[in-house]
Amino acid sequence: MSKVRVLVGTHKGAFILTSDANRKQWNVSGPHFAGWDIYHMNGSPANPNRLYASQSTGWFGQVIQRSDDGGQTWTPVGNKFAYEGDPGTHLWYDGTQHPWEFKRVWRLEPSLTDPDTVYAGVEDAALFRSTDGGQTWNELPGLREAKGHLWQPGAGGMCLHTIIQDPSDAQRIFVAISAAGAFRTDDGGKTWRPINQGLISPQELPGESPEVGHCVHNLAMHPSRPGVLFMQKHWDVMRSDNAGDSWHEVSGNLPSDFGFPIAVHAHEPNTIYVVPIKSDSEHFPPDGKLRVYRSRTGGDEWEALTNGLPQSDCYVNILRSALAVDSLDSCGIYFGTTGGQVYASADSGDSWMPIASNLPAVFSVEVQTLP
Amino acid sequence: MIRVVLPYHLRTLAQIKNEVEIQLEGPVTQGAILDALESTYPMLRGTIRDHVTKQRRPFIRFFACGEDLSLESSNTLLPDPVVMGVEPFRIVGAMSGG
Repeated sequence: MSKVRVLVGTHKGAFILTSDANRKQWNVSGPHFAGWDIYHMNGSPANPNRLYASQSTGWFGQVIQRSDDGGQTWTPVGNKFAYEGDPGTHLWYDGTQHPWEFKRVWRLEPSLTDPDTVYAGVEDAALFRSTDGGQTWNELPGLREAKGHLWQPGAGGMCLHTIIQDPSDAQRIFVAISAAGAFRTDDGGKTWRPINQGLISPQELPGESPEVGHCVHNLAMHPSRPGVLFMQKHWDVMRSDNAGDSWHEVSGNLPSDFGFPIAVHAHEPNTIYVVPIKSDSEHFPPDGKLRVYRSRTGGDEWEALTNGLPQSDCYVNILRSALAVDSLDSCGIYFGTTGGQVYASADSGDSWMPIASNLPAVFSVEVQTLP
Repeated sequence: MIRVVLPYHLRTLAQIKNEVEIQLEGPVTQGAILDALESTYPMLRGTIRDHVTKQRRPFIRFFACGEDLSLESSNTLLPDPVVMGVEPFRIVGAMSGG
């Protein structure tokens, strides 16, 4: 029988939740790296027992951990993230230029084919790659040449939080950066260009829509349809049918189009999920009701999924990397909250149950479907 | 023999239970201690001082013999009790937060 392994990064450590394919009984392992922020933890598609974890604190900085046994044991690997050459400057809050300074790794994205190759999205925004299992890291500096001097941090920091590899084209990678926008390479990371045409951010970017500066919160793609991208922007849920060349809004009837994560069903490329949040001033669900919204039409038409989720007095947030899906026949959906709950649905979102209820604030959730 | 005390999280990271004992040849300075420590425990690189600049991380402090040595040059000779192993060189995670 297949198994599911849920990798949960929290404010005070990592947790690994496992279940068989029924997804009713869950075993919780952890905390791993107790007391540390675990911004993200992810497994290699080519070798699911190869895991990477981003471990950090304000005191001791960044550590990268690697496991080769599915998270039972871990080894610290390389943590030197040096920008290539003279990193130059980017726009600062006061409009002046400010030096690039590495702060932490927000996302670890293993290669689709090679367990030793892994990408790291970092703050201040840049993309690094390791080809030796995380021992050494090299920046792909072409990304910051895509108008990096105009990127300006938002309230959450200038982080590269989303990395999507095109399974049909090894040369194509999409990334997204908070308060800078979405970017694409078609040559394996040498050169990049902004892909933000159609994004409109009148509250943050008044006037004519600029090429960079949009606050993209998350991107999602179904592997069978790599030209179609979905985006949760600061405000607005967006869709692109041409690999990001242009975007159009698909917020439709959502109660709020502000939110952080977005995900695609494992078997239905036109079924997508978001978790609406009231506003950028009030980071909790509208009306105190925790509702995942599902669109089976690739956007515009949304239905609330509430069965098993708290429908009163709920004031948690769901962060951008805290929503994921498994690939079992009946697709499982998982998300974590800043209140320390991890909810799971084994039926594409029709019903939900908490599979962990009292963890530290959840930063990230990834799911591995194991044979 | 130099004695070094690490904060809890770095002991856990390096899988050290108690004090670390370091043998140094030459002047006993903060820099020499950290060089030796990072050589023996490479997972500590970047957690106490910057990889490249070797600057102390902002919330790390260095103490010995009841004195805060954090602002001393990395090349300053440490007190004799540290050199003789009577007193440990303490690497501390600063109290901060709320």
